[in-house]
Amino acid sequence: MSGHSTYEPKTGIERWLDTRLPVVRFAMDTVVNFPTPKNLNYWWTFGGILSMMLVFQIITGVVLAMHYVPHVDYAFASVERIMRDVNYGWLIRYMHATGASMFFLAVYVHIFRNLYYGSYKAPREVLWILGCIIYLLMMATAFMGYVLPWGQMSFHGAVVITNLIGALPVVGNAITTWLWGGFAVDDPTLNRFFSLHFLLPFMIAGVVGLHIWALHVPGNNNPTGVNVKSKEDTVPFHPYYTVKDGFAISVFLILFAFFVFYAPGALLAPDNSIPANPLVTPAHIVPEWYFLPFYAILRAVPNKLGGVLGMFSAIGVLFVLPWLDTSKVRSMRYRPTAKLYFFLFVLACLVLGFCGGKLPDDQVIPGLTSFSVLGSDLNSFVWLSRVAALYYFAYFLVVLPLLGLTETPLPVPESISTPVLSHPASTPAGAVASPEKKG
Amino acid sequence: MADTVAGDRPDPHVSGEDPSRRDFIHIVTGAAAVGAVAALAWPFIDQMNPAGDTLALASIEFDLSKVASGQQVVVKWRGKPLFVRNRTEKEIAEAVKDDHADMRDPQTDAERHKPGKAQWLILIGTCTHLGCVPTFGGGEYGGWFCPCHGSVYDTAGRIRKGPAPKNLVVPDYAFLSDTKVKVG
Amino acid sequence: MLRKGLTLAALGLALIAGSAQAATTHLEPKDIHWSFEGPFGRFDKEQLQRGYKVYREVCSACHAMNLVYFRNLGQAGGPFYDPKYPNPNDNPYVKSLAKDIQVKDIDSETGDEIHRPATSADHFPAPFPNEPAARASNGGALPPDLSVIAKAREGGPAYIYSILSGYHDAPAGLEVPPGKHYNPYFPGDLSSFWSGPKDKVPEGGFIAMPPPLTNGKVTFDDGKPSTIAEEAQDVAAFLAWAAEPKMEERKRFGLGAMIYLLIFTGLLYASYRRIWRNVAH
Repeated sequence: MSGHSTYEPKTGIERWLDTRLPVVRFAMDTVVNFPTPKNLNYWWTFGGILSMMLVFQIITGVVLAMHYVPHVDYAFASVERIMRDVNYGWLIRYMHATGASMFFLAVYVHIFRNLYYGSYKAPREVLWILGCIIYLLMMATAFMGYVLPWGQMSFHGAVVITNLIGALPVVGNAITTWLWGGFAVDDPTLNRFFSLHFLLPFMIAGVVGLHIWALHVPGNNNPTGVNVKSKEDTVPFHPYYTVKDGFAISVFLILFAFFVFYAPGALLAPDNSIPANPLVTPAHIVPEWYFLPFYAILRAVPNKLGGVLGMFSAIGVLFVLPWLDTSKVRSMRYRPTAKLYFFLFVLACLVLGFCGGKLPDDQVIPGLTSFSVLGSDLNSFVWLSRVAALYYFAYFLVVLPLLGLTETPLPVPESISTPVLSHPASTPAGAVASPEKKG
Repeated sequence: MADTVAGDRPDPHVSGEDPSRRDFIHIVTGAAAVGAVAALAWPFIDQMNPAGDTLALASIEFDLSKVASGQQVVVKWRGKPLFVRNRTEKEIAEAVKDDHADMRDPQTDAERHKPGKAQWLILIGTCTHLGCVPTFGGGEYGGWFCPCHGSVYDTAGRIRKGPAPKNLVVPDYAFLSDTKVKVG
Repeated sequence: MLRKGLTLAALGLALIAGSAQAATTHLEPKDIHWSFEGPFGRFDKEQLQRGYKVYREVCSACHAMNLVYFRNLGQAGGPFYDPKYPNPNDNPYVKSLAKDIQVKDIDSETGDEIHRPATSADHFPAPFPNEPAARASNGGALPPDLSVIAKAREGGPAYIYSILSGYHDAPAGLEVPPGKHYNPYFPGDLSSFWSGPKDKVPEGGFIAMPPPLTNGKVTFDDGKPSTIAEEAQDVAAFLAWAAEPKMEERKRFGLGAMIYLLIFTGLLYASYRRIWRNVAH
């Protein structure tokens, strides 16, 4: 909760600064004394992980920009120069490339956490929408960043995605030409993508600031979904959550370090080590793994414009989620039916991701040929994507709106402290008959 | 993970007591964190140091047989001009004659070339005033003349007239053979 | 609803195990042991030297390596590294290797194009001045630059080794187009060239490169017998080094980083438990 500040300047300098620019007060209120629910589990550490990853990507990115040359004739070679000649260039490059994947891994965990615990529900709607904006900016940044090494996948990925805009009626081609700065993806495109790739992360940082501000007004959600009732329910952010977040970050860094030092090629498509050639298309154009679910949705719709609209509405539906979910209970811990649908949703997303990496007409179960519907065999990845995509949209547009009205949730605890202080063997805490009203 | 301590010990946070700030474990962890940041900071600092390809051009070899007597060749070395001058007997004598003359940056001629190789003068061709490239043979001493602000160098590259504070710099070099020299 | 969910879940699990049938086929690269594989792998210096010789004497006739410089050969982890010369530019063996090779340059006095011996600061010279010339000399096919080839192909050095040592006589019923060669490890779709039974289309494709290696083609300085397999493996190892010369440094740094992180995580966990000891949560 954003209560009044409890900070008291101790030294003369602190008092002097406090009356002129209360930065110390701001820091103490936001990161040190901020009352945080004491029952947050490890799913809550990903916010801190994300902040660290953003800083990390910005630092490694700025350093890489000191050596990278954003020109079609030099880009590929400049990246190789970074890998070979720049002191520790290989380290910084691998950290930046792997960091992008780790950034998306963390953001997906963070988003799924919010979906499960109802962190998007009132009064945190704006917080959620700001998060969706950050996600969009991240995707734009990652897309442009991948183009920069100017490998085969960089180039042809850019061609495919920028061509999508041509699907828009009337203005599509004009916008695409404007985006390209020419009649195809070429040097002007590369140069502007570099400029924008440098700019966007700072915009992300700004929106993250708003995101944290919007969080601090109502305060953090917690696994029970029940509002904080008293000081008993909270602990100060420092040292309780600074150290816990630090531990989680350290574990995350172990995974990060594993990829950077022992499997850097695992996330980098081999085709991207071939210099871009506009006249030769790779056999299998695949975006980075974090775009695969949307790529699957794009290819699931047999119509070009439909695919583009489908892909963008998959993200668009997130923005209106707070108004789609009718449940009065926040956390799915107490919504057993919703929980099941949620896990199916996670599965659907994984299936979409898997399908995105496959050729659409390849067989899902090898050797089994069934009958053809809408031009594709039912035993193909495109049909599997259609089923998964259908569930994806149904979850938001059908399941969540209906379930809130029809399900019987479990009794929600009276307060955060109640389930903790009760004996572990006893019945669910509080034994409150009716679900907690949103308050 | 959940330490359920139902009531047997008062919550130190509630009673206002700071949870074990000075514990040894926290000091060690803090020190480890600082160490990690320092270790990680070094690559980011070092990457701005000259890269492999720049260092590769840090030293060059030069074939002196290309320079005729009384002439100079200008080569690019480390991004700057390098003067390689084959001095005539007359030029050497004039330089030695002025060894103890009144000059801003006193140096003998012998200090500015390798022993036994007085004819070869290798200097960085950047005026020590503000960095222009002096012209060969100009000025009353027949050494170099800097057109930017009028510095005059003698045949040993020493500053004799004009605003430059120091003599033309002699770089680190060594003779690999009588006709080959390695600079840098 | 539940049944639908379970069906979906079962399907999901089933397809994770299955593999996609791509339109092109090829044999999986041969699985051999590389000295540099695994978290503690290191390049075998002698192997890199032999591999360089194979590149220089066989491959460089058609394949450029524009991103590799002679001085790279003398860097730490490279084939001719000498700790006495930390700046590989000064390494006398590297300089002598470079001097044997002619590179193009401009005469500083007349501006004409000349040939001069390479120095350690030069990159490996390209055999052809540009792409059209390369294609013209190779029947329309472009021999790829080998600087990062080990990163640019699925399977890396194992793929390169398999291609080089895996040339096979075309099976009866396979029509080989002129100027091409059958290689079972090269991805391709041979169904339209196959006149045998439809379900027995051979795996592999047609590669434009004729078999480059023969037994004894390169004489190794250390006396190792130069079979095709040995030559192929050595040059594949050399190309793996060329694609990532910093691999050893990466794995070394990684070991230190992982150990430090594990200790640090342990310390943080202890701190965390200590702090939360008195709080019911």
